[in-house]
Amino acid sequence: MFWCFDILISPYIIQNYIIGAFKPPCNITISFADGKTRKKASIKKENGQTAMVPLFQSLENIVGEVSIEPVQGKKIEHTGVKIELLGQIELYFDRGNFYDFTSLVRELDVPGDIYERKNFPFEFSSVEMPYESYNGINVRLRYILKVTISRNYVSNIVEYQDFWVRNYTPAPTINNSIKMEVGIEDCLHIEFEYNKSKYHLKDVIIGKIYFLLVRIKIKNMELEIRRRESTGSGPNTYVETETLAKFELMDGAPVRGESIPIRLFLSPYELTPTYRNINNKFSVKYFLNLVLVDEEDRRYFKQQEITIYRLQETS
Amino acid sequence: MLPHGDDEEKWLAEGIAGIQHNAFYMHRALDSNDLKDALRYSVQMLSELRTSLLSPHKYYELYMRAFDELRKMEMFFREETARGTISVIELYELVQHAGNILPRLYLLCTVGSVYIKSKEAPAKDVLKDLVEMCRGIQHPIRGLFLRSYLCQISRDKLPDIGSEYEGDADTVSHAIEFVIQNFTEMNKLWVRMQHQGPTREKDKREKERSQLRDLVGKNLHVLSQIEGVDLDIYKETVLPRVLEQVVNCKDELAQHYLMDCIIQVFPDEYHLQTLETLLGAFPQLQPTVDIKTVLSQLMDRLSNYAASSIEVLPEFLQVEAFSKLSNAIGKVVIEAQVDMPVVGAITLYVSLLTFTLRVHPDRLDYVDQVLGACVKKLSGRAKLEDSRATKQIVALLSAPLEKYNDIVTALKLPNYPRVMDHLDNGTNKVMAVVIIQSIMKNTTCISTADKVEALFELIKGLIRDVDETQDDEIDEEDFKEEQNSVARLIHMLHNDDPEEMLKIICTVRKHIILGGPKRLPFTVPPLVFSALKLVRHLQGQDGDVIGEEISATPKKIFQILHQTIEALLSVPSPELALRLYLQCAEAANDCDLEPVAYEFFTQAFILYEEEVADSKAQVTAIHLIIGTLQRMNVFGVENRDTLTHKATGYSAKLLKKPDQCRAVYACSHLFWVDEQDGIKDGERVLLCLKRALRIANAAQQMANVTRGSSGPVVLFIEILNKYLYFFEKGNPQVTSSVLQGLIELIKTEMQTDGSSDPSADAFFASTLRYIQFQKQKGGAMGEKYDPIKI
Repeated sequence: MFWCFDILISPYIIQNYIIGAFKPPCNITISFADGKTRKKASIKKENGQTAMVPLFQSLENIVGEVSIEPVQGKKIEHTGVKIELLGQIELYFDRGNFYDFTSLVRELDVPGDIYERKNFPFEFSSVEMPYESYNGINVRLRYILKVTISRNYVSNIVEYQDFWVRNYTPAPTINNSIKMEVGIEDCLHIEFEYNKSKYHLKDVIIGKIYFLLVRIKIKNMELEIRRRESTGSGPNTYVETETLAKFELMDGAPVRGESIPIRLFLSPYELTPTYRNINNKFSVKYFLNLVLVDEEDRRYFKQQEITIYRLQETS
Repeated sequence: MLPHGDDEEKWLAEGIAGIQHNAFYMHRALDSNDLKDALRYSVQMLSELRTSLLSPHKYYELYMRAFDELRKMEMFFREETARGTISVIELYELVQHAGNILPRLYLLCTVGSVYIKSKEAPAKDVLKDLVEMCRGIQHPIRGLFLRSYLCQISRDKLPDIGSEYEGDADTVSHAIEFVIQNFTEMNKLWVRMQHQGPTREKDKREKERSQLRDLVGKNLHVLSQIEGVDLDIYKETVLPRVLEQVVNCKDELAQHYLMDCIIQVFPDEYHLQTLETLLGAFPQLQPTVDIKTVLSQLMDRLSNYAASSIEVLPEFLQVEAFSKLSNAIGKVVIEAQVDMPVVGAITLYVSLLTFTLRVHPDRLDYVDQVLGACVKKLSGRAKLEDSRATKQIVALLSAPLEKYNDIVTALKLPNYPRVMDHLDNGTNKVMAVVIIQSIMKNTTCISTADKVEALFELIKGLIRDVDETQDDEIDEEDFKEEQNSVARLIHMLHNDDPEEMLKIICTVRKHIILGGPKRLPFTVPPLVFSALKLVRHLQGQDGDVIGEEISATPKKIFQILHQTIEALLSVPSPELALRLYLQCAEAANDCDLEPVAYEFFTQAFILYEEEVADSKAQVTAIHLIIGTLQRMNVFGVENRDTLTHKATGYSAKLLKKPDQCRAVYACSHLFWVDEQDGIKDGERVLLCLKRALRIANAAQQMANVTRGSSGPVVLFIEILNKYLYFFEKGNPQVTSSVLQGLIELIKTEMQTDGSSDPSADAFFASTLRYIQFQKQKGGAMGEKYDPIKI
């Protein structure tokens, strides 16, 4: 059994909860039919704690049951009970605005009264959920089940249940290596190579850096994984860049002719697949940033985009 | 610079504290089997090794502490994987998540060790991966220590033949590949150290580098320990690869150390079979590399190897070790390292020579070749000033002597004297003495004139003044020592064939005559005696001498002797010359050569007259003359008279009375030769004795006048003894009454003489006792003595 407030952290929800808790006329629980066996995703909440939420992928059937249990001795008059499946994009700078890219409704009950505990099974079949759940800096993409008990004169009773969506893609057929020569004239020439341009989340980046010319005293070299989240469009574009990984590749000053190996396991880092222009609202892109630091702490770097995808796990 | 050391101590202390701190938590994690924490703290611990502040020496201390902790990690990894908590492959990935490269690689190597042990992957793959990944450390000190760690943990895990990690057919080459790659990278880092940092600290860096050299050399050691490295593989792969690295690194320190290392760690047998390759590398080294030490080392090892067993010698011949070494040295000395100091070049030649003598003792031409090369190197230079170089040349020249124990062999080497020419005078002499001592020690007989010629050419430093200006500085005693040894040497020159012997004598004469006044007194006598020996020898085989072409006649020899002794006159050393003349005269006497003997005597007298001025010398000389003359039997009456007359005359003209007296009574013997055909002129004997008595009397009186005491009674007693001698020999002029008179005379003298001389008393008493004894003996002699009363 999952309590929505365990999972949802949005202030609005808390507000709703507080209102509801003030004098809760009933308890609503939303449970999934395969709740015990279904895989769960470990999600980091804003307060740093992790929570487990049920995990779905696109075109799955979402089947479950809503249970409404009025508080002892009270009846609930309502003008109808419905459950909605919502896919929402929430932009933090655009507070309060949800963009629902998916919205499915099932009526659970015709207007009437509920005196005692009542269960309403529901089912959304082959739901198209093209986008993955995402908690970013400026944007959140989430999927929720929303139960609404509509009432006259008094506010509706609403209950939410989050769930997580991940979509898997097969390995790309074309996956070229990234190879490039960069440098500062008469100062530093290097050639680097990453074995692929598309990596899955548990992949390993293998590569090499050749030093063609070294006239500066390099202190070390590292490879960074950077995530660039851009939200909005046009003049209202917000870009946030995070460095998720700093991986030291080399210690000390190389000379001409040295080649330094790269082997970077992606699994320890909390990456998501690359998201391109999700519903025209946001994008999340990943970059490999090769940084050379000289003894005066000057940084020389070259950034290369890589695509990250979620590989269909075979087993 | 000073506070630097203090700071360093502080930094080291901080580093150690950091390691201990994290190791503590690491141990706790290990105890509770908490892999995640163990990794976390071990990474933090290893991060202390990322410091750049420490010198290699201090860094090593830090490294060793981390090393001990890593051993514990390795144990833990092994237990964890054995327990099945985590597979070794997962672990191998897990440690690579560390963000900092240095701790990451230390852990990777540690897990790698466990990985190989688990045999879940072929050792060669794991090793290859490790050695590749270590490229990430380009900082020299950190890289060297990391790779040293890799070398350490892998040395018992190489996929060697016979090892439990042995792989497929190519297994050895993988093992070699791994070690060589690690070696190459380490060497590169090591060399690079020299070029990083400010120039003013160059010396300091050089010092630091030499502290690190064993880390690099360890790889070569490991390489030599690989069972699978047989001669073929060594020849085809190992050596060329290693040498390539050594040559290409173009670093003086590294090249010197590594060449030395190669020579030390691999078996001599391999060196022998790969000599060409190995030697081929030397000329390609930096011109400043101290090749001579390394090359000498190699040759010493090879010589020892050759000496170790007779069975290996054919190998040396087969690979033409000598010519290869010789060529290589030639190339190094002449082409590659033109600036090599002479001492270096000579050291090389000494080693080569030692090698030659050990390996090819029968090949004198090789020895000469070495000397020749040395001469070539020295040619165009003045005498050597460098004392070390001189020392080396002495060693070079002494080696063949010691080896062959025979100077004759050395004399066959045309280049030997040419090398000696390059020594300064002092050393040249030392060397000459060494040569002579060698001859003495082995009692080598030098038996041909050619060899003598060559020998004297060698030791000419002793024979004549090469450079006169230096003479004053020569220590008198050393000089005597040297010349005595030359004298001894002359006695070693001998041939039974008179012809050849004569030639030898002539040769020696030719040389020593140039010796100058100081040397002649030492060198002429042995020559004279040597010649006289020859004369005696000829005389011994008198009968056999047939034919007239023989040049070695006594006559001829005497001529030479005459001239030789004459040389002494210029010295001047008249006493010596005189003695030698007398010796010659005696020899001539024995050869029945009256004129020659006479001539020698004449010369002796002339010398006496003209040159011997000192009265003491005169006394000695006259006694010598008398003694010699007494033994002469070759003279006719006339000649003899002349000579005896002269001798008696000179005797009476000595300065001091006692001397006169003694000389005169000695002359008495000239007239009484106690032999079969000897002259027996009793009258003249008595004349002499009487004259002696007179002189003794005069001496007595003179003593009375001048000192108030009686003179030497002892003279009378001595004369009495002479009387007794002739009395016994049957001189008719000496009668018992004469004796009686003389005894009485002495007795009175002794009584009047107040202060009696105890020695004279004893002398007289024993004389009387003798007479008494003869009287009591009876027989003819007893009768003769009978009339004498005591």
